[in-house]
Amino acid sequence: MPTVTRRDFLKVGVAGAGALAVAGLGFDVALAQSTKVKQNLRIAGAKESHSICPYCAVGCSLVAYTRQNSDGSVQLLQIEGDPDSPINEGRLCPKGATAMQLAISPRRVESPQYRAPGARGWKSVSWDFVMGKIAQNIKASRDATFVTTDGNGNTVNRTEGIAFAGGAAFSSEEGYFATKLMRGLGLVYLEQQARV
Amino acid sequence: MTNHWRDIKNADLILINGANPAEAHPVGFQWFMRAKLDRGAKIIHADPRFTRTSAVADMYLRIRTGSDVAYFGGLINHVLQNNLFHDEYVRNYTNASFIVKDGYAFNEGLFSGYDPTKRAYNIATWSYETDPATGYAHRDLTLQHPRSVFQLMKTHYSRYTPDAVSSITGIPAADFGKVADLVGQMGAPDKVMTIVYAVGLTHHTTGGQLIRSGALLQLLLGNMGRPGGGMNAERGHANIQGNTDHAISWEILPGYLKIPAPGQKNRDDYVAQSASKKQDPNSWNFFGLNYKKFLTSTLKAWYGDAATKDNEFAFDFVPKPASNASWMTIFDQALKAKMQGLILSGMTAASIGPDTNQVRQALANLKWLVVMDALPTTSSEFWHAPGVDASKVQTEVFMLPCTHWIEKDGSFVNSGRWSQWKDQVLPPQGQARHDHWILSDIFHRVKALYQSQNGKFPDPIMSLTFDYADPLKPTLDELAKEINGKDLTTGKQMTSFALLKDDGTTTTGDWIYTGSYLDSGNLMKRRGGIQDPATNDPTGMGFYPNWAWSWPLNRRVMYNRASADLTGKPWDPARPGISWNGAKWVGDVPDYPPTMSPTDPNAYLPFIMNGEGVGRLFSNGMNDGPFPEHYEPVESPVQNPLHPTNSSSPVAFYYDQAAGRPNRFGTPQEFPYIATSYRLTEHEHYVTQHVPHLVQLQPKPFVEIPEELASSKGIKSGDQVRVSSKRGKVEVLAIVTKRLGPLTVAGQTVYQIGIPIHWGDVGISADADPTHGRYWLANALTPFVGDANARTPEFKAFLVNLEKM
Repeated sequence: MPTVTRRDFLKVGVAGAGALAVAGLGFDVALAQSTKVKQNLRIAGAKESHSICPYCAVGCSLVAYTRQNSDGSVQLLQIEGDPDSPINEGRLCPKGATAMQLAISPRRVESPQYRAPGARGWKSVSWDFVMGKIAQNIKASRDATFVTTDGNGNTVNRTEGIAFAGGAAFSSEEGYFATKLMRGLGLVYLEQQARV
Repeated sequence: MTNHWRDIKNADLILINGANPAEAHPVGFQWFMRAKLDRGAKIIHADPRFTRTSAVADMYLRIRTGSDVAYFGGLINHVLQNNLFHDEYVRNYTNASFIVKDGYAFNEGLFSGYDPTKRAYNIATWSYETDPATGYAHRDLTLQHPRSVFQLMKTHYSRYTPDAVSSITGIPAADFGKVADLVGQMGAPDKVMTIVYAVGLTHHTTGGQLIRSGALLQLLLGNMGRPGGGMNAERGHANIQGNTDHAISWEILPGYLKIPAPGQKNRDDYVAQSASKKQDPNSWNFFGLNYKKFLTSTLKAWYGDAATKDNEFAFDFVPKPASNASWMTIFDQALKAKMQGLILSGMTAASIGPDTNQVRQALANLKWLVVMDALPTTSSEFWHAPGVDASKVQTEVFMLPCTHWIEKDGSFVNSGRWSQWKDQVLPPQGQARHDHWILSDIFHRVKALYQSQNGKFPDPIMSLTFDYADPLKPTLDELAKEINGKDLTTGKQMTSFALLKDDGTTTTGDWIYTGSYLDSGNLMKRRGGIQDPATNDPTGMGFYPNWAWSWPLNRRVMYNRASADLTGKPWDPARPGISWNGAKWVGDVPDYPPTMSPTDPNAYLPFIMNGEGVGRLFSNGMNDGPFPEHYEPVESPVQNPLHPTNSSSPVAFYYDQAAGRPNRFGTPQEFPYIATSYRLTEHEHYVTQHVPHLVQLQPKPFVEIPEELASSKGIKSGDQVRVSSKRGKVEVLAIVTKRLGPLTVAGQTVYQIGIPIHWGDVGISADADPTHGRYWLANALTPFVGDANARTPEFKAFLVNLEKM
């Protein structure tokens, strides 16, 4: 394989594994070259970025290829395992290998949705509408359930009637920010996926 | 993990309990296989179900779910009775030599200090005999004192004979003997074993003690702190580690500082009640010693100019919970109509459970629910789920479309504590917004309301720092810098948490991440990987210190001072963690002062973080005992063979009972079969119900049924079956299998049924079969009961009935 580096070769992921399996049969050069042709077609001129698999916590590194279309939109061409990573060495499981279908999905929620008490359906609403309502709800619930001093005279400054849970898919920095803001609002009911 | 994924290749023996890494963490599993193929390591898999992990293990043990305390207990007993422990390590690196106070006792399944009315222990007797002048613990390095931890431990575990282990776990005594023989060889200084586990160990009412059992065995064998050793938890979500570190968790502040408690008036009160105290003249007690500095620096980061010396750096601003405020407590409070609003982000309560039907009732009791997610969830849709009359649900529900991981940068921290930075690859799809921008926007709107209207104690809201170019849209880069912290005098980024101060001149968002983002740049972005092993893995041990960054201080194996002997030589010279070269410690980033000679008479003991300076075989840090003890799951088909009168944990938290609702636990007469739940390779919890290829690979919910049981009920693969518990039911396909089978436990034959967790009433499968998704939620079956320490639900062991439909 004089023209294909190990790194390029591994970039083809599953196809690469198949190629390795037949390497002993003498087809390796031809297959690698044909793979390279395919690769060129798919990611030629693409921008290479680095990401991490969004599923379990092995922390497999991903290489993502994108291309900017003439209308300015960004197209995701390919996600594959990063061959440089000491953790996954380019490998991915079925979930990581299909990460593109999680990233780009017609099933995404398109706009903020609101369902009034007792209503039978969602209503598409503006961001301003939901954010304003949520802020009012938080203030009302905080004021209704805030305890400044407990029964023993201790200063406790806690909001008892609001809980926040989540964050296992946050970037760490978002998680830190969520903790800071929720503690800032006085929340004591704070939870994520570690226990469950 | 104390160690990290790639390090598993350094092990001689791998014990896997409560986990199925070949299927649930397949890419991480390559390092298990490397150990096996390259070093001839042996793999022992103890699991209720024969899986692909079992298929490549050297030994597979069919174990009854929830009985691993007895399995580890038997191994500990074998090691103690046959003097197979690592003698020098146990004497010098553990608290085996510490003397326990007179009064500690254990009888008939109860430790001293039990109060049955409170279902709680007074732990006063679970402590050391101390010198009144210094407060230091008495020690007997001969380990012969009858109240030494070593002797008490030996007595405690003497009941875990091979026959007792077999009777509790269902593992044949002869098979257990073979495992004990292999494990017993790992106390030799040049051998090392790793223990790997996942939520199959934590999701029990004895979850905390299940993990502690493994840790005790590792301390006895001298395997903590060493490459190829440790206690290694495989975490199940991309950034559950990072967001535990950053304290989205009721009981902690960032960096595992305890949340302040009512009654603590200032930082000194807090430190006195929270930080460990030095208990040996040679203990460094690093965490305890610096607790106040870490807290103060975080208060300064959060409350800025409002945090001053005169107001104890705004210590009063930190909310102080009255009692437990964890996952199940949130829904328990909603059932009691005390919880008004809930914000769920990337987490769906209705599927996660436990006890989905009760959780849905709790959601319906809320005034308002905010769901932040990229895709619909069983929580965002709970109010019109199949069988629910939406008009009767008075909860106001908001669904906010959020960005996916690939639409934002920031770090993910893996199970091995490696914090890896990712790029923003794509712009947000449609109207989706970043979670942290949504939270900042909401926060600022709340702040504006408090500015224009009266309200309760707005001071913390007004003071919270937003030192970002755009406070409504902080970048993750800005936040990463804040987390690292800075010196307010010089304006420079802090380089180490050892330099943090308690006088308000330094900040940190999370002290364990100090050192991750220096003035020279963001170390989490580093990419020195296997493209150049000679440069990037200089020790050859697989630490790869130039790939990303791991906490603390880029250390790759925690507690690594314990990887070397008293003179600083690695226990196994072929697998060094750190070693003393006569002038300094070299190898991994040392968990020790870099130039402290190990032969200095004042040299610190190896475990620098706790008050003892050594690993704790006996601890008063747990609510359910200083030593682990086997208790039956709350729902079990047998009485505990060790102490039938105290069969299940005497301190497990019964939420329903405590709230005045009737307990909803089933009896073996009504629900004769044990059930456990798990993941499949092709799905991750619930979000993958929206991924077409994965749904094609695993399209339908099913339960796995042992063929002996199936045959007695006339059930064949592909039949529709109903599995029911005291709390709910699932109606799914049967898969009849040899992967599960009968066990003999306490003289009885018992069966275990396996239930994958992934399906529900939302997703591609549910869309194709809208009437049935109502009965696809595995957690409709699971009990609403919590471990005494962490309040982890007992997802992994409960009783069900099985019927062919």
